[in-house]
Amino acid sequence: MRKLALSDDILLQVEKPARYIGNEVNSVMKDKESIAVRFAMCFPDVYEIGMSHLGIQIIYDMLNRFDDVWCERVYSPWPDLDAVLRERRIPLFALESQEPIKDFDFLGITIQYEMCYTNILQVLDLSGIPLIAKERTWGHPIVIGGGPCAYNPEPIADFFDLFYIGEGETQYRPLIDLYRQCREGNVSREEFIVRAARLPGIYAPQLYEVSYNEDGTIKAFTPKRDDIPATVTKEIVTDLTNTYYPEKPVVPFIKCTQDRVVLEIQRGCIRGCRFCQAGQLYRPVRERSVDMLKDYAIKMLDNTGYEEITLSSLSSSDYSKLEELVGFLIDSCREKKVNISLPSLRIDAFSLDVMEKVQDVKKSSLTFAPEAGSQRLRNVINKGLTEEVILNGAAMAFQGGWNRVKLYFMLGLPTETDNDIRGIAELSNKISAVYYETVPKEKRNGKVQIVASTSFFVPKPFTPFQWAAQCTKEEFLDKAYKTRKAIMEQLNQKSIKYNWHEADASVMEGIFARGDRRLCKPIMEAYKKGCIFDAWGEYYRHDVWIETFEECGIDIAFYTTRERGIDEVFPWDFIDCGVSKEFLRREWQKALNEQVTENCREKCSACGAARFGCGICCVERDYS
Amino acid sequence: MRLRVKFSKHGALRFIGHLDVMRYFQKAIRRANIDIAYSEGFSPHQIMTFAAPLGVGLESNGEYMDIEVNSITGSGQIMDALNGQMVDGIEVLEVKLLPDNAGNAMASVFAASYSIRFREGFRPVFLSVRSLDDFYGQQEIEVTKKTKRSEVTFDMKPYIYELGLGDDGEVVRLTVDASSAGNLKPALVMRAYYEMNGSELDEYALLITREETYLNAGNAEQPRLMPLGFIGSDF
Repeated sequence: MRKLALSDDILLQVEKPARYIGNEVNSVMKDKESIAVRFAMCFPDVYEIGMSHLGIQIIYDMLNRFDDVWCERVYSPWPDLDAVLRERRIPLFALESQEPIKDFDFLGITIQYEMCYTNILQVLDLSGIPLIAKERTWGHPIVIGGGPCAYNPEPIADFFDLFYIGEGETQYRPLIDLYRQCREGNVSREEFIVRAARLPGIYAPQLYEVSYNEDGTIKAFTPKRDDIPATVTKEIVTDLTNTYYPEKPVVPFIKCTQDRVVLEIQRGCIRGCRFCQAGQLYRPVRERSVDMLKDYAIKMLDNTGYEEITLSSLSSSDYSKLEELVGFLIDSCREKKVNISLPSLRIDAFSLDVMEKVQDVKKSSLTFAPEAGSQRLRNVINKGLTEEVILNGAAMAFQGGWNRVKLYFMLGLPTETDNDIRGIAELSNKISAVYYETVPKEKRNGKVQIVASTSFFVPKPFTPFQWAAQCTKEEFLDKAYKTRKAIMEQLNQKSIKYNWHEADASVMEGIFARGDRRLCKPIMEAYKKGCIFDAWGEYYRHDVWIETFEECGIDIAFYTTRERGIDEVFPWDFIDCGVSKEFLRREWQKALNEQVTENCREKCSACGAARFGCGICCVERDYS
Repeated sequence: MRLRVKFSKHGALRFIGHLDVMRYFQKAIRRANIDIAYSEGFSPHQIMTFAAPLGVGLESNGEYMDIEVNSITGSGQIMDALNGQMVDGIEVLEVKLLPDNAGNAMASVFAASYSIRFREGFRPVFLSVRSLDDFYGQQEIEVTKKTKRSEVTFDMKPYIYELGLGDDGEVVRLTVDASSAGNLKPALVMRAYYEMNGSELDEYALLITREETYLNAGNAEQPRLMPLGFIGSDF
């Protein structure tokens, strides 16, 4: 039996010891003597969050298919164990072998949101790996980052040896081959990093230098040597049907956020909402074949024993064979007593019919994401959802027995006025009015309940809004109060509940999202002052962060509320995500002119992603 | 048809709590393709009852659960199918078919036996056959049990069926009431034993293994302890 890294007395005193023992169904054990490369895959947050992430399951499965690699997992120890590990000087370990991360060849860290940056330092620190990449030797793992935040890796550039820009399926094999060749040939770590930087999609931050203008903006971002590329192009899988996907995902013992089989049906999105980073980063839309998905659905259910399955994508309603797939799942799941949990689908006759078949109507609520309260602002953000569509969908649903509606909006979008904010209240009111108009009194199942939620808009790199000014905390809160006041003035205000998010974390997210390398210092300092788990309200210490930025001479407004010049060099400009800066500039201009852009299925808008030669870009469009 | 499944729990699996063990078995039964019965209604669930929850940190050689099935093959086949799906640390030990009139696993629990070992450096100096006899030989064994609301003092002597030292002189053997009415935790007995010897128990000192879970095959006056699987039969 495996020896655990933690002694019984520790496991008995920490919350949820199952987070640290590994041994889950489908976790992979290998003989470490018979493999050449040990890879620790990390999600820098607590186990239950990290285990719910599909990307790690895909890469874990892929790397473990390689005979010469053993991929294990590691997550952030919760603060209770964090304290014990520090006090007793126990090195952070991987779940499978229970052996120290420090002895691994690679530590791969997926970076899914900005607020996990201090947790990255926690993982490095507890592992005994120098936080600063250039202080590492061959005695330490190669620390490589990936995931959406790697598309602007600059705020954490000092902490990583390499970043992998794009989808993980394509370049890990060449990278591992290169690594083995360098280790076996006694090549220096520095030379390995240089050679790795020549692989497609791989960025080695220490090999680039940045100079600044007097106003603090970037003057130039250039490679320090002429044998590495000036631009790093993202990697993508061109054929999503014939590629890696786990047939036997790891099944945790404890209940996780995502406690079900996850079937990723497509990547990318045709919609091009202008606030949405994922919609640009993952272009072009590529579907997996429906036959592959049917096959995997059955295999994954059989191999895990899960009692629920769900679909994953940015916009499932846009999957071309959705009816066929959902029909198949309904039939085979009924037989297996498996529940289908549907992602939010566009509300129409088809989705209502499906929801009725798979869900308890009384329990479920409808979800609309208009994102903005007025048609004018929805045009600005290119959200192709009209009031008519929302009200028709709601009417159909109310007639079908639903009486709860969730609405998602953003506050602080570019060009937003008080009229747009009032539109949130008015739209909520109109939806509740539709209920009373369409459902006769005797058929009503109680009152209609509308829950309107707003989040604060944070401009992200590689979106048309990357030039936009973010609101201040005061402006955000003022907008939330205005929304609340406007809702209170509505006729059906008693049917409308309003929620809004905290503003502090949105400000912080905004700093990191469009930040540059000068932020490495305050991130390190805040960590040293004890900041970890910033994504968790109970651990987030806003005052410490603000104080640290001041001490480091960082002007928050420079990163958040400043509107960028149209020709400004951005910290992430060296990355080519397929979508050109020229296209984003056009989209920014169209946004200001309140003009919408067609979705990829209607018309190609020449964003630049067509050069990958796959997905929707290669599909004949019907312009009739 | 109801089956009574006996299993053991060791090693890292000690740190998986009772509810998670249930969830684990629900998935394992699906993977093993056991023809389990589901409840009626909109969200059907497997018909399954666990005998007695095992505390986190304890090992066991005698855990039980009952499952309702629509069809059966053979004891050995079902056991092999389940064992084909177990992780390191959980093993299915027997599968028996229950008679129709058998009470369910949880309601049938009457007693449980435990082996109590001491961690290195924690073996009490006063541990001996004699000191255990002196302890168990008392007319009354008073103990204060803390509940959520209050403290109650009660005599636990009637709830202890057996207490002694194993042949090697290192392992305490204890059989206690485990019914829903009088469930006695082994650590509570040990605490009283330590107190009688003028010492205070650090619960971390104990390595506890539940060896068996019993039903009462006799009557209230004259109990006869038999393993929970006793009323089932191979098939």
